[in-house]
Amino acid sequence: MLTINDIAEKLGLDLKAKGDVHKGVTGCYISDLLSDVMANSKDHELWVTLQTHPNVVAVAAIKGISGVIITNGRSPEADTLKRAAAENVTIMTSPYSTFELAGLLYNLLKNANVK
Amino acid sequence: MGDNKGPVEGCFQLMGGAFANAGTASSELKIVLTNLGVPQDITRRAAIAAFEAEMNVIIHAIAGTLHYEITPERIHIDITDMGPGIEDIELAMREGYSTAPDWVREMGWGAGMGLPNIRKNADTFKIDSVPGEGTTLEIDIFLSGGRNADNK
Amino acid sequence: MELGKVVELLGGTVVVSKKDGAFDITAVCTTDMMSDVLRFARRGELLVTSLNQPQVIRTAEIADIPVVVVVLGKKIGKEMIEMAEKMSITLLSTSLPMFTVCGMLYAKGLKSCVNGR
Ligand SMILES: Nc1ncnc2c1ncn2[C@@H]1O[C@H](COP(=O)(O)OP(=O)(O)O)[C@@H](O)[C@H]1O
Ligand SMILES: [Mg+2]
Repeated sequence: MLTINDIAEKLGLDLKAKGDVHKGVTGCYISDLLSDVMANSKDHELWVTLQTHPNVVAVAAIKGISGVIITNGRSPEADTLKRAAAENVTIMTSPYSTFELAGLLYNLLKNANVK
Repeated sequence: MGDNKGPVEGCFQLMGGAFANAGTASSELKIVLTNLGVPQDITRRAAIAAFEAEMNVIIHAIAGTLHYEITPERIHIDITDMGPGIEDIELAMREGYSTAPDWVREMGWGAGMGLPNIRKNADTFKIDSVPGEGTTLEIDIFLSGGRNADNK
Repeated sequence: MELGKVVELLGGTVVVSKKDGAFDITAVCTTDMMSDVLRFARRGELLVTSLNQPQVIRTAEIADIPVVVVVLGKKIGKEMIEMAEKMSITLLSTSLPMFTVCGMLYAKGLKSCVNGR
């Protein structure tokens, strides 16, 4: 199984807050709506979003998200990073759009699971 | 728009919190511009700028108006509201900055890109705000001699 | 990519179909934030979203987006349907999650709405 670290390396993600980056990634959930993530994401998924505010960390922690990828070149707010450090949540950023990042990640996870 | 004598004008009342009709004014403006034969890319820029401004009144203010005036030279849009105003305009203009509450984000707004989007689509853009009183935006989009209009 | 192909690929349902609907979709915008659509989407693209609000249709209309796909089988209410009909926006629904939808469309060679990335 690919770890967060593997994925960060392969997709050139920028590590902004480092939680447990050796955690395995089971899948991915994409949404910019926190209530949607609360309702529908699963344990150990990566979460791809363009939201940058501190509540992202709260949701990630509650839902057992293994890591958050913020897309479109957006930067997490300072409070978000502070909170991420406190909650041991990994936050990464990417210049890619959500669509393109999702496309690349989908391919990556599919190939990893085939092996 | 050759045979139009005077400018084409319209005015809409906007109510804070009224999500159900949010965007009506901008949609109307878009129809008017399309019917006048304004090129699609210019119409799109005007509609986007108007829509973001309209949404800001609905999300952040109590009540306001959107007024437009179309002449052969330009589309002029002004949006005035009564509301909390903006304390620090430079900060508000920054991409990603937003004071929108959580419930607004759950409706798909509050990404902090509205004012930057307006500036991007406008040929001239002016914002004035008095904290505790309200905010006024003035937007011009040129119909002739404007820049090449790609929404980038 | 033709609309029919998109529907077939995603196992989707056509909720509202624009009358003169011959599309060739080449790029996709995936987001739930309307300003993101207004900022990055180009005319004629496909919008994939998990938001099931009428505002999505309004935004599509303003930004010249002809087709909207709502993911994860989210309930599409009467208001959203009526707005899509009125504004002539094609509205699709799929039970697949956003991640799978993006993965499949990307694998078919559809491009991102953000230029140069
Ligand atoms: N009409 C307005 N009245 C009061 N505050 C406003 C108004 N328009 C914008 N603002 C302030 O500027 C911020 C940034 O606006 P904008 O870029 O449109 O992002 P968003 O609307 O997504 O928050 C808002 O969060 C709000 O604090
Ligand atoms: Mg706004």
